[in-house]
Amino acid sequence: MRRFLLEGLIRPPLTEAAPEPDAAAVEALGQAFAQAGRETLGRSLAIRQVDAGSCNGCELEIQALSNPYYDLERFGLHFVASPRHADVLLVTGPVTRNMAEALRRTYDATPGPKWVIAVGDCAKGGGCFAGSYAIAGGVAAVVPVDLHIPGCPPDPVALLKGLLALVERMRTGTGTG
Amino acid sequence: MTDLPDLAWTRSRDFRASPFTATPVSRQEWETLTQALAGGMFTMMSLWGEEGAACMALHDPLTRRVAVARLAAASGVFPSVGVHHAPAQRLERAAADLFGLVPEGAADARPWLDHGRWEIAHPLGAASANPGQPTYRFLPVYGESLNEVPVGPVHAGIIEPGHFRFTAQGETVVRLEERLGYVHKGIDRLMRGASLARGAELAARTSGDSTVGYSWAFAQAVEAALCVAVPERAFRLRGLMAEVERLANHLGDIGAICNDAAFAMMQAQMSVLREKVLRAAQEAFGHRFMRDRIVPGGVASDLDAEGEGVLRALVAEVRDRFPPLVDLYDNTASLLDRTVATGSVSADLVRRFGAGGYVGRASGRDFDTRRDLRYAPYDMLKLDVPVQAEGDVNARVWIRIREVEQSCSLITQMLNALPRGALRTDVAQAGEPREGLGLIEGFRGDILVWLSLDAEGRIRRCHMRDPSWFQWPLLEAAIEGNIIADFPLCNKSFNCSYSGHDL
Ligand code: SF4
Repeated sequence: MRRFLLEGLIRPPLTEAAPEPDAAAVEALGQAFAQAGRETLGRSLAIRQVDAGSCNGCELEIQALSNPYYDLERFGLHFVASPRHADVLLVTGPVTRNMAEALRRTYDATPGPKWVIAVGDCAKGGGCFAGSYAIAGGVAAVVPVDLHIPGCPPDPVALLKGLLALVERMRTGTGTG
Repeated sequence: MTDLPDLAWTRSRDFRASPFTATPVSRQEWETLTQALAGGMFTMMSLWGEEGAACMALHDPLTRRVAVARLAAASGVFPSVGVHHAPAQRLERAAADLFGLVPEGAADARPWLDHGRWEIAHPLGAASANPGQPTYRFLPVYGESLNEVPVGPVHAGIIEPGHFRFTAQGETVVRLEERLGYVHKGIDRLMRGASLARGAELAARTSGDSTVGYSWAFAQAVEAALCVAVPERAFRLRGLMAEVERLANHLGDIGAICNDAAFAMMQAQMSVLREKVLRAAQEAFGHRFMRDRIVPGGVASDLDAEGEGVLRALVAEVRDRFPPLVDLYDNTASLLDRTVATGSVSADLVRRFGAGGYVGRASGRDFDTRRDLRYAPYDMLKLDVPVQAEGDVNARVWIRIREVEQSCSLITQMLNALPRGALRTDVAQAGEPREGLGLIEGFRGDILVWLSLDAEGRIRRCHMRDPSWFQWPLLEAAIEGNIIADFPLCNKSFNCSYSGHDL
């Protein structure tokens, strides 16, 4: 145990430099942020992840955001266990009919101002599962979506870029309150 | 017991190279087989519905052969297997939901995948408007001062959705009942009529953590049905990908289990190793999860000299950094205090359920398709299958530890003898209907794919059975008598798939 703690002190950190926020995403989020100011949110965003029907691939990459390489928390972004504590819902998967209500209720339980980021190809229109009797559609078919991060699954850097776009917007947001 | 029906028992070397012949059985023979299953003579590998028929796949552990029995069920009913042999229950409920096939005499007639929210009922049978479902009734629990704790489908962590209904007496869990099906995507129906390429796309997206495993099992079923000779090099590359996938998942799991025992440092260390594996996969095969790299007929991407170097360096790094972490695990009393004797599953239960992977092997079930129902390239490799007897969380951690070591050894063996040559063979249509069986060892256990093709090579039926089908029910047994606070730990040590199960 001591060895690992000592190593932690002397080894250089694994954490990598932050990628540039995704420009297109910053643009896309402009609208969404016009209504909420920096004052409302401070410098930190609480994220609640919801799997609405994914194959679990997207979750694995979202989990990876917390490993020492990406270290999401340094940006003031952190995952919370309850939608009631969340500013952002990070939703994956084609929304299955069996999950649609749970997703809607999670959204309703999230206090405003709130944003929804749809993650993965499936989250847009259902991806390769579109058209199935068991699929309600993409995330936007059930709750309003502010940003979509494509990929199958999007890798952690792509996820970071999208999330940083959110932070960027928050920083420069005009804040009409 | 009446005489056992004569089934076409097939050795792995045969069903991996040629189409599978399902044996038609009579109602009475089906019932005899059910008795044999209940008596522990065979292991049930799966049970599924087809248009007008019910099928089950059986494994005879003594002769190491597999058979598929098919019972015509034109009238829409078949004698329940689950009423005598519990592992069949959820599979029967799923077949009832999807096909409208009624398991006669079943003890549990509740729907499983159909939550009453699809527009149609029996989507693979005579589809009709869905009348909705009555409120789902959990099994009653009787006793003094019991309290119920409902959890999910949306869970607190970054994990898949499902519902757990705990009944507790004080802190102690008296019963856990799972309710799954939330991520049911209708994959069986999407498969129907699909081309092989589309089928492969869907198979690769059935369970994200096992994308290599599913792609391989699907490809195997296609190749067996259509007698495709896969190039040697492709077999090896598949083996490499499968072991890399196993490494990534096992490392992630070991960290996550320790994290659920409040030992976060292990999680940090293991997540670094896991990330290194995924990055190596990206460099060597072009995708962190190696998705869509295994295709019917072979593989879609080659491994160049640089990629070989990356994999060798990865193995060296894991061999260097992993053992001290294992020591740390083994020498941290506060951690072992949580994992030892927690969430135990008996040897009898895993045998009865035919539970594969680390769940089975941690409770003494010495079974691994890589060894016992061999397939290339494992027929040429040295593999020691670890087995433990204790069946607790600790044993499931140790099986993973040993399998990490085995995967490193397998990767090295494969890299040391990597044949040159083609990557892929063309998959030609057979001009007649064919059936094939795919069966591989994913990180979680054996993944089974049963595939029926029509004369044009389109998919008539594709049934994919995740290892979790026979592990989820054992989690209910594992948590009994433990405290609720230990559930995340037990659950993580199983790490069953929701998506692979719900389909
Ligand atoms: S986008 Fe890809 S990884 Fe994500 S849920 Fe869909 S199939 Fe899985």
